[in-house]
This record gives sequence, structure tokens and C-alpha cells, in this order.
Amino acid sequence: MTATIALPLAILLPLVLGTAVAPLAARRARAAAVWTAAAVTAAAALILAAAAPPVLAGGAVQALWPWIPALGLNVALRLDGLGLLFAGLILAIGLLVILYAHYYLGSRDPAGKFFGLLMLFMAAMLGVVLADNLLLLVVFWELTSVASFLLIGYWSERAESRQGARMALAVTGAGGLALLAGVLLLGAAGGTFEISALAAARDRVQASPLFPVALALVLLGAFTKSAQFPFHFWLPEAMAAPTPVSAYLHSATMVKAGVFLLLRLYPVLGGNAPFEYAACTVGLVTMVFGAYVAIFRHDLKGLLAYSTISHLGLIVFLIGLDSPLSAVAAVFHVVNHATFKASLFMAAGIVDHECGTRDMRRINGLWRYMPYTATLAIVAAAAMAGVPLLNGFLSKEMFFAEALGMHHLGVLGAVAPYAATLGGAFGVAYSARFVHDVFFNGAPRGLPRTPHEPPRFMKVPVEILVVICIAVGVLPALTVGPVVDLAATAVLGGALPAHSLALWHGFNAPLALSMIATALGGALYWALARKYDLHLHAPSGWTARLLFTRALDGLFAASARLTSALDNGSLQRQLALLVTTAVGLGAVAFAAGGRLAGARALLPVTPLAAAAWLVLVAAALGVVRLHRTRLTAVILAGAIGLVSALGFAYFSAPDLALTQLAVEVVTTILLLLALAALPRTSPRESGPGRRARDLALAGLAGAGVAAIAFAAMTRERDSIAGYFLENAVPKGGGANVVNVILVDFRGFDTFGEITVLVIAALGVAALLTGMVTHRPATDPAGRPWSVQRVPLVFAAAVRWMLPFALLVSVYLFLRGHNAPGGGFIAALVVAAGIATVYMSEGFARTERAIALDYARVAALGVLVAAATGAGAIGFGRPFLASAHGHPALPPFGEVPLATAALFDLGVYLAVIGATLLMLVELARVPGRDAE
Amino acid sequence: MELLVAAALGLVTACAVYLMLRGRTFPVVLGLALLGYAVNFFIFVAGGLAVGAPPLVADGAAAYADPLPQALVLTAIVIGFGTTGFLLALALRARAATGSDHVDGEEPR
Repeated sequence: MTATIALPLAILLPLVLGTAVAPLAARRARAAAVWTAAAVTAAAALILAAAAPPVLAGGAVQALWPWIPALGLNVALRLDGLGLLFAGLILAIGLLVILYAHYYLGSRDPAGKFFGLLMLFMAAMLGVVLADNLLLLVVFWELTSVASFLLIGYWSERAESRQGARMALAVTGAGGLALLAGVLLLGAAGGTFEISALAAARDRVQASPLFPVALALVLLGAFTKSAQFPFHFWLPEAMAAPTPVSAYLHSATMVKAGVFLLLRLYPVLGGNAPFEYAACTVGLVTMVFGAYVAIFRHDLKGLLAYSTISHLGLIVFLIGLDSPLSAVAAVFHVVNHATFKASLFMAAGIVDHECGTRDMRRINGLWRYMPYTATLAIVAAAAMAGVPLLNGFLSKEMFFAEALGMHHLGVLGAVAPYAATLGGAFGVAYSARFVHDVFFNGAPRGLPRTPHEPPRFMKVPVEILVVICIAVGVLPALTVGPVVDLAATAVLGGALPAHSLALWHGFNAPLALSMIATALGGALYWALARKYDLHLHAPSGWTARLLFTRALDGLFAASARLTSALDNGSLQRQLALLVTTAVGLGAVAFAAGGRLAGARALLPVTPLAAAAWLVLVAAALGVVRLHRTRLTAVILAGAIGLVSALGFAYFSAPDLALTQLAVEVVTTILLLLALAALPRTSPRESGPGRRARDLALAGLAGAGVAAIAFAAMTRERDSIAGYFLENAVPKGGGANVVNVILVDFRGFDTFGEITVLVIAALGVAALLTGMVTHRPATDPAGRPWSVQRVPLVFAAAVRWMLPFALLVSVYLFLRGHNAPGGGFIAALVVAAGIATVYMSEGFARTERAIALDYARVAALGVLVAAATGAGAIGFGRPFLASAHGHPALPPFGEVPLATAALFDLGVYLAVIGATLLMLVELARVPGRDAE
Repeated sequence: MELLVAAALGLVTACAVYLMLRGRTFPVVLGLALLGYAVNFFIFVAGGLAVGAPPLVADGAAAYADPLPQALVLTAIVIGFGTTGFLLALALRARAATGSDHVDGEEPR
């Protein structure tokens, strides 16, 4: 199978098929979900195996699709030795975990959610190890964090699950952001985001001044993901996850993503002192610290979690070391740790399942109840401790050998052998505790149920992993040797030095260290258990976890204080703050200096303009002075709107003038209708201080707007107007450029706008449906409201007027493409005309006479506009592409016709419907007065 | 002329802000409507003033005003009407629900 199909398919299978089908299958039966997940996993494994032969021959295969090439983001996938090893681990252990989970999950646990999320995680992890583009890698990296969050929080009804999930997401998510920043810097330094190309440009990248920051950020991402000290604390909290998740994510795969990243980027980042010191120091500290803490954990999974932290530290240490063999050792230990730790987690899950608790102070002496499981767990624990004939022994020996050969690292090199031995001894001690406390050490204490051997097939995954531990431990060169070499070659980017993975290298210094560590660890556990009684140990003091939660609590408290300081529940105060901020920001910009007036010549003032200006000033001042008398305020605001319409007409915008005029009419009707259901006056509430403050704020805001407007009007600027003016006739088939822009060039915007308008109208209808007002039965003077008494002359005039209004509307609509007019204006004229009829003939009568559902009219308009746009797709053109022509229609001759006119018809109907819907709904309200 | 227009814009904006800072819903809606006038006109004139040059393509026309801000403002005027209507409905509903037409939903103490 070709790589271009195989690589994306291997990711897409679990990502799409797995996440979609597994939850569906789970509705039928648990087993169906298990089989779906297993089949998808196996299929992905087979696909990768089919693409693997060139990789096994020492090469690599890749697939590339441009995604956003301008940003350097491509779907670039690459399968090399390292990717193959990790993909193999992900799929093989994934398969075992799926089988195990079948027996582990309780009958009430939702299986579809579990297997769907597991598939999502598997796809994300495969994406990480197959990505050859750093940005793509980050995308998958974040997806693993999200999937991990959801899986840790699987039992979302438990507080500890939610807390653990949140903490894991906070730490690994923050690390992911650091990684993204680091990756962007690496891309800037190397000029590409393709990992293989970056490796080729390594010298250039490392010489860049950006490199130290990029290195620190990428390391931060890797260290948080792989739970390195001091970011380790999320991993023990993540043990709230179901045990299959812990076995899969938190021992074998996700926590190895950080390690994988370091291995993958070693050709780009490695081989320099900062990298070596950072990774070796952090790794060594984590290794010793994790192993030490693990001894004192009473929770079975907690012990394993700290052990995982310790082993991850060991691997990070080996990657950091600038020695070819250390890369081999690192890769080898990745495989070994995955096998023994996954089997130990599964064994811990069996123990938890059978005993109902994971507390090692209560679980004792299980050997008598489940000798078979105990044997498996003891072998795996021995591999964890590094006992000969098991895989853990081999990689630990290599680790000791590397720790002894770090003479070039000064103090760190001198300390390393001691630290390594100490860490090894702690490792032996906690492994001893695991075996002794769980399976021996007396009898169980107060277990909720009597433990016995689990179902047969629940043990199969553990058996397989333990057999691998032994096989690799005895015959390393025949089992994983070739794959480890392939992966290490991919890391180092060249031939490996001569080495042999073998059980026996003779009596040498590493073996001596190994023996010392084993003896020391055994003695330490014996001493702790006998002299100190480990079971009484209660951890105390400062921990990284505590620091983290304190910091988070502080952050929440501080933001709550800030919010309550700014927001006391008063909307006026909020708005005043907002305006103050805007004025302040504007003032900062003005303070930067520069001339206010531009170079453009000013237009002369005409007497007509001056007169209109005076009207406007009078109306504006009047509104502020008289606004408490609401009717007066509405009339004065209408005057301002009319002057604005005059302004549009004067400054060469006839379409805007017509629109403003028509909108002015319907807006005033709207305001008057609302006023009928609201108090006629506003009370005098604000004191003089408040009024002065508001006037000052308003004055400052107005002065700012005036200054900006003046500066803008007096400056020349580039405009794209030329394009529209040139192409309106040839491409849009219309001389009214504004209308052509609305219905053709920017038709999609207009489509969005009429949709918003219709939604607003439906919102009005929804808000007012069935609403009852609290209007008094009489006006303030004690007169009852008059009902439907319309002046006769008015009614008669309107009857004559309406047909003309409709005629004018049709005229405006038809000519709109070439002269001022168009759908918006024509619709507003109709709406104003019909609104007048409501007033003159009475609401109920008009309603009976017209009997139109305005919501349907509006919806029809939007549909017509959409159908016109979609019609273009039918002709193989993009949505809303227009066509026009001049077909000959026999009696009239040549008729100009554009599809845009049909779109404008949609606009027309939508605006009529929306406007009248609002007016009618508002008009209905006072008719429902409460008695 | 530019000075007159700028001053008018500033004045209407100031009126709008003052009304929006009032405590009752109706003046606030009125203020928002006035702010709509100011903003629309501001966008319209930001490209510069032109007299006697409507963007209607015709033979022999010497210059055209910029049609793009006009198209933007045309829909903005209609949508401004829509938002005014929605705000009024909100104001009515709020008064029906709380018995007060104060913006905070209760009469000031």
C-alpha cells in the first residue's frame, strides 16, 4: 500500500470510524463496541505494517498535502524507525487495553463514551508520532491533552475525577501552549515547519538568537507532558481515571509523548550544552525524586504513578546525554517501561476490581486468593526493579553504564553515578513494597468483598505483556533489538556505534552498581517496614500540587475581587466605565501627537447647509434638555434623523437619503407604539453631580468623535471604489453602484444582514408574545384611553394614498439597479404605507383585511434570496454569483434582466416582513392591558 | 463644511452618550438610536465629502462619491431599525417582568 494513503488512513480510521461507530455499537451491546474498537485498531496496525517494509529496510515513507501553505501548515506525515516503534506501541498496547477494558468496566459505566474517547486518543497519539510538520504535531498534541482530560474525567460524577482531569488539562495544556510558542520560534529560526527539513537546517537553527528561547519552551512542553519534576504532580492526580486509561495513557503512551518529542526533535535541538544540562539535570532529579516518593504512597496506583514519573525521568536523562548509546538505551527503556508498567497497572486494576480498594494498608496477603495474578504481577514488578532475566534489568544496566561515562559534564557527571544508584535503590524498594504489601504481609484487613481470580480473558493482556518482559529480558537481540536500532538510528540520523543488546556483558562496573542498588533497595525496604512501619506514614509539608492549587485559588479569588470592584450591578456605572475607558484610550492616541487637519482642501459652507446645521444643533440640545418628556424627545430625535437624511442627499448619497427617510418614519412609529406601553415621562433621578459627570463624559466622547471625523475627512486615502465603479455596469449589469454592491458584489453580506434583521424581528415577536402591560386605565389627567377613534379626513386620505405608495414602491424597486431605489428602500415605503393604514383604519380591521403572516413573508424573503444564491451553484458558479443579460421579449424588445433582481426581491420581502412584524407585535401590546 | 459636519457628529454623539447614561430604558433606547445616526454618518463621511457626485454611472460624469461606505451604511441603517425595535421589545418585556422601567430592573432606593 502506498504511504500517501496508508499514513492518513491509519490516523483517520480511529479518528472518524472509531469515534463514530464505537459509541453507536455500544448502544447494542458492550461487546459490539469492544469488537469495533479492536477491529479499528487492528486495521490501523495492518495498514501501517503494509507501509512499513521501506522503513524496516532503513528508510522512511511520507505523505504530504498542503493545508495552509502560506502559514507553513501542511498535512505532512512521515513513518520512520522512531515513528514505527511508537505507532507499534500505541496500537499493540491499545489492543490489549481494549480487551482488558471489556472486563474492567462496570455494567453501569457507559461503554460507548469510553471506547469512543479511547479511539480519539489513539488517533491523536498516532498523529503525534506520524506528523512531520511541527504545527500539525502541536494540533495532535493538544488533541491528546483534550482526550486525556475527557478520559481522566470519565467518571464525571466523582469530584476527584473532575479535579484530576482539570489539573492534567491545566498543566499539559499550558505546556502545549509553551510548545506552540517554541515551535513557532523554531519555524522562524529554520524557515520551515517540516521536521525533516529542520533537522537538515540544524546548524542554522541552533545559531539563531531565537534558539535558546525556543529550546526552553519546547522543553517546557515536553517536561509537562512527560510529568517531569516540578510539573509531575498532575500524573498522580490523573489516577482517578479508570485503570485501563492509566495503563494506556499514563504509563505506555501519552506521558511518552514528551519523551517522543525530545527524541523526534533531537536532530534539531540536541547536541549542545544547554540541551544536555537541562534534560540530564531534570531527568536525574525526577528519577530520584519520583522513586523516593513512590515508596511512601499507600495507594497502589499512586505508587505506580510515581514510579512512572521516575522512569520517565530516567528516559529524559538518557535522551539528554550526548552519547550515541544513550539514545539506544532511551528507546529501549521506552519499550521496556511500556510493557512492564502497563501490565502492572492492569494487575493493579484487577486487584482494585477484586478487593474494592487500592489502599495497600488494607490489601495484604492476596497470594492466597489469586496466586496466578500474583505471579504475573510479581514478575512485572521484578522487571520494574531491574531483576536479571527481565527486560527492565537490561535497560537499567545501560542506564548505569551511561551514568558512569559522563565525565564531560563536570559536577553533574560526578554526581550522576551516585544519584543513579540511589534512584535504582529506591526503585527496588518500592517494587519490593508493591509485591510484599499486596501479596504477602499478613492477611487482608476489612475488604468490602472476598477477592478471587478475575475472569480468564482479563488476565490475557497481562500474560502477553509479562511474556514479552521475559522474552526481551532473555533474548533482547532476537526480539526488539532490530526495531530499537531502527528507532535509534532515526533519532541520531546516522549509523549507530557498535553495541549489542545482550544479557551478559561480563563482570563490569554497571553490573556492580546494579548489585549495589538491589542490595541497598532491599535493605531500605526491610528497614522501613520493620523499624518505621510504612503504613503509619502520613505525607505532609509543601508539595508542588499544593503550590499549584494555592496559585489557582489565588487567581480565582483575585479575579472575583476585581470583578466585584468594577461591577456593583448597576448598568449605568458599567456604561460610564466603558465610555471612560474608550475616552481614555482615545486620549492616549491623540496625545501621541500629529496634526489633526489633513492636506485636503475644505469645502465651502453653503447657506442651506448652515441652516440645516442650526436645526440639528437646536434639536440635539433640545433632546438633552427635554428628554424627560418622552414624546418631545421622540419628535426631536426624528428631526435629527431628518437632517441626517438631508446630509446624505447633499453629500451625493441619494440611496442613503431615501433609506434614512423611510427608516425615520417607521422608527418613529415604533417609538410611539412603545411609548404607549411605557411611562410618558422619565422621573428626575440624577442629582446635579451625576448630571455634570455624565455631561462631561458625553462631551469628551463627542469631542473625540468630532476630532476623528475631522481628521478623517480632511485626508486623502486609497480606496477600492475604483473597482466597483468600473465593473458595476460590465459585471453587475447596473448603473447604481451602491445597489450593485448590495445585491451582487457584496451579496453575501447583504444576505447575512437581512437574516439578522429577520432574526431581530422574530426576537421582538418572541419577547412580546402573550405579554401583558401594567398600564393604568386612564391617562395622568384621569381620562380613559380612547379606542379606535380615527379622524375621518386622515382615514380618507390614507385610502387614496396606499395604492400610490405601493406603486411608488414597485417603481423604486424596479429602477433600483440603475437609479436610486432598490429592495431595501422599496420595502420600507411599503411598510410605512401599510403601517399608516393600521393607524387610519384601526388595528383589528386592518388585521382582518390584510391577513398576512409577516413572519412568513420575512422567511419567504430570506428563502428567495438563498435560492437565488444557490441557483448559481447549479450553473457551476459560486454561491450568489450573478448573471445578467438583455433577452428580447417580443412586445417590449430588449429587456435588461439580472439574477440580482431576484435576489433583491428576496431582500424586499424580508424587509417588508421584518418591519411589519415588529410594528404589529408592538402595536398588539396595549390591546392586552391587564385590568 | 468639514468642520460643520464634524461638530454635528460630535454633538449628536454627545447627546447619544448622555441619554444612554440615563437610568430609564426609553432614553437609553433613544440614545442608542441617536448613536446609530452618528455612527452611520461617521462611516459615510470618513472617506471624505463629495457634493454633486452620486455613484450612478453615467456618461460624462466627472467624479463619483465612494459607493462602498454608502452600501455599508445602507444596510446599517436598516439593521439599526431592527435593533431599535428589539431593544424596545426588551424594554417592554423587562417592565412587564419587573414592574420597573429602570435599566437595573428595580426602582432606585
